[in-house]
Amino acid sequence: MSNTDLYEREGVDRETVEAVKTVGEKYKYGFETEIEMEFAPKGLDASIVELISQKNNEPSWMTEWRLAALDRWKKLTEPDWAMVEYPKIDFQDIYYYAKPKSMEKKPKSLDEVDPKLLETYEKLGIPLKEQMVLAGVELGAEKVSPDRKVAVDAVFDSVSVGTTFQKELEAAGVIFCSISEAIRKHPDLIKKYLGTVVPQSDNYYATLNSAVFTDGSFVYVPPGVRCPMELSTYFRINAENTGQFERTLIIADKGSYVSYLEGCTAPQRDTNQLHAAVVELVLEEDAEIKYSTVQNWYPGDENGKGGIYNFVTKRADCRGDRAKVMWTQVETGSAVTWKYPSCILRGDESQGEFYSIAITNNFQQADTGTKMVHLGKGTKSRIVSKGISAGRAQNTYRGLVSMHPKAKNSRNFTQCDSLLIGDKCGAHTVPYIECKNNSSRVEHEATTSKVDDEQLFYCHQRGIGEEEAVALIVNGFCKEVLQALPMEFAMEAQALVAISLEGSVG
Amino acid sequence: MAKDDVTKYKIDCYTLPAESNWANQTRADALSWLNQNGLPNGREEYWKYTNPLSFNSSKPPLKNEIDPSYKKPIFDNIDCVKLVFVDGVLDLENSDDLTLTGLEIEPLAKANKNEDHWSLGYFGNIEGSSQKVVKKTLASLNTAFAVQGLTIKITDKVSKPISVVYYHTDQISEALIHHVIKIEKNAHATLLESGGISSRSNCVMELSLEENASLDHIRVQGRSHERESITYIFSNLEVNSCLKSFTLTVNGRLTRNEYIVNINGENAKAHVGGAIVGDNGFSHDDTVFITHSAPNCESRQVFKKVLRNGAKGVFQGKILVKEGAQKTDGYQISQGLMLDEDSNFLAKPELEIYADDVICSHGSTCGEIDPTALFYLTSRGIPKPEAQDMLVLAFLNEAIDEITSNEIKEIISKRLLDWMLKRHKS
Repeated sequence: MSNTDLYEREGVDRETVEAVKTVGEKYKYGFETEIEMEFAPKGLDASIVELISQKNNEPSWMTEWRLAALDRWKKLTEPDWAMVEYPKIDFQDIYYYAKPKSMEKKPKSLDEVDPKLLETYEKLGIPLKEQMVLAGVELGAEKVSPDRKVAVDAVFDSVSVGTTFQKELEAAGVIFCSISEAIRKHPDLIKKYLGTVVPQSDNYYATLNSAVFTDGSFVYVPPGVRCPMELSTYFRINAENTGQFERTLIIADKGSYVSYLEGCTAPQRDTNQLHAAVVELVLEEDAEIKYSTVQNWYPGDENGKGGIYNFVTKRADCRGDRAKVMWTQVETGSAVTWKYPSCILRGDESQGEFYSIAITNNFQQADTGTKMVHLGKGTKSRIVSKGISAGRAQNTYRGLVSMHPKAKNSRNFTQCDSLLIGDKCGAHTVPYIECKNNSSRVEHEATTSKVDDEQLFYCHQRGIGEEEAVALIVNGFCKEVLQALPMEFAMEAQALVAISLEGSVG
Repeated sequence: MAKDDVTKYKIDCYTLPAESNWANQTRADALSWLNQNGLPNGREEYWKYTNPLSFNSSKPPLKNEIDPSYKKPIFDNIDCVKLVFVDGVLDLENSDDLTLTGLEIEPLAKANKNEDHWSLGYFGNIEGSSQKVVKKTLASLNTAFAVQGLTIKITDKVSKPISVVYYHTDQISEALIHHVIKIEKNAHATLLESGGISSRSNCVMELSLEENASLDHIRVQGRSHERESITYIFSNLEVNSCLKSFTLTVNGRLTRNEYIVNINGENAKAHVGGAIVGDNGFSHDDTVFITHSAPNCESRQVFKKVLRNGAKGVFQGKILVKEGAQKTDGYQISQGLMLDEDSNFLAKPELEIYADDVICSHGSTCGEIDPTALFYLTSRGIPKPEAQDMLVLAFLNEAIDEITSNEIKEIISKRLLDWMLKRHKS
């Protein structure tokens, strides 16, 4: 179907419809950077895994770890329970390693990085040069106050091209670098934590990732340190027929705090590309991690051609008491999304939060949600999920809330709302609730509708006109989640959602 | 034991009816579907929370204590047409005279022999076609082999409720029962079911509601502690029809009630409700699948479970709204109230929606008795056990309210009160 099937009617105002149309029509990050790439041969076997390991100068224990994952992966079958449909992926027809040629010799500083690469990130609005802090672009380079700084690790296809603000972070004791660097420089931390939250054998895509991950980010925040700036990774798939497999590991030691942002884009292509990432968060006592994602991979065109298959495993392990993790995601891109950022609330009184907006249009399919596994006493979790479905898109919330017998006095609240725009799309909710003790409370509510009549009535009562009331309600539909994003990201997210929902006031 | 073996051994326990009649083909089809798909196993999505092992077992069921109260059925004081099954076998001698205006009742086996019988297009049909979305092979097993059951045709508004009473007298009895019910245009009936059936039972009810037809179905599943029971209600609803089904389940070892409601006609209504109380290793599962294929329809699912002493309550509910089924109003609530630490409440309230102008909502909660409510009552001089009972009854009331008849509502409330009084003694 084309976007013309989107139509205005009662409950959905003109601007929302137009805005949603633009999401499908324009993908402003769809350009491709012509850059000389070095590819490993297509396909996947032990030699490719060894090659990736060798390219990253990894120690032998890491190579073995990867090979074990590969063995395991060969025995697994692709999961098919998600409410998504896509042609079978030929895992032998993918490049598992692609690296800009200019990166052959590791540049010593960002100044040595191929200007074309930096240009790509600039085009994406992600300046890597240290003097150009995100907010600083407008403010002027020298006047940037330190608290507005964002350190960025940029990943281009398979490798990290540069990490900013490393020195300042080092002074605070924070380690922020690419994971390949961490494997070389901090093997103790990697050995201790890698694969402990998402084990090698976790699921089909995570196992694949364990075998072939090429790069990603690594963060370690030492005890008692409040990370002086927001950390950010920007992922970019550029080369054709390439799978991106990045791995992120964040460790927040006792009493530390870090806020981490993640953004993604890819060029506009007719073929589908695979992205299978793994994110592991480890939280010790009293630690807090805020993890925000704006996922804007290429969603395919309005006829459903092309787009990224986004199969991601994200999990946080609250090991210590009173640890707190917060996942916020704005999912607007990808042809197919399969993603369930989860929280294992092991420590007593630990907290997990999940805020999500998933917008699907045209032929996009999203099956996303979260898992809250309550193991410790007095643990709390909160889930707020907003799904907006337009065109012929399918949007599914799938979640698990599990209260184990020992998780006394725990609490969960889940709210998932879906909004449908157009009569050819679908919105689905598949929550699993497992309560195994009586002192815990689990509440789940979900609604699927256009715009709530009661809310409209309330607005009318107070003299707000139809159009304005609808705009207000639709705005409010997403606000709860947008507000959970850190400032810097809220801007980008709002701009993205703006195209679809915001800006309808007027 | 491999999956295929389980199915094979189970099939070997039964024999197809020897004489040839019109139902043979339906039975053969059901059997081939069963052979093709096998009996359910714990790895299947809809059997995630309840183990089908004992339903699949080809061994005799566990020996049951017979609950002496079976001799006094719960709906005995209501003026109704009574049909009696003893350990899953229809006992016409103890049943009432079946002649009543607007009502045609025949035993299934007899109907099968009549080549012109109305049930020809219904028996095995509603069940078979409903299996395309989610397979329910235990129901296929029933269709293939069940010879016990009733065909009920309602042609008008029936003045008295039809009451089917199941006596459970044999400690290791096993039953397969298959009812086919058709409510014709503008007709109405009330159907009551009560009793423990047998030690292990597999019951299928196929319901067809024509234009403007309505059925009130109230079921009370017996008290015997060791009972293993699986029931299916397959129903097709046409324009303006209304189905209300309520089930009270008290204890039992393992109970699974499945409801498959296909709303095919405009303005139809389906209300499915259940009040469940369980004790001691009791396991209960309600699996509901409501499909909205027509616009302007309404569906409600209200399930309340009170659990204690290691009881397990499962609710799996799904509302599927197909493309074009606009103005659908779908509501679903499932709540678990846990009276002590050992109980489990597992829920999967699901929505699958392909139409935009709908209002569908679901809620699911679980927890213990609200301490502030309890405090309020005790501070007003009500002893704690009584206050608890009051709150439990209040909790269950939302489900009981789904019953239209006040008389029946009272009977149900009384049965629940009995359960609670018994609880205090134990």
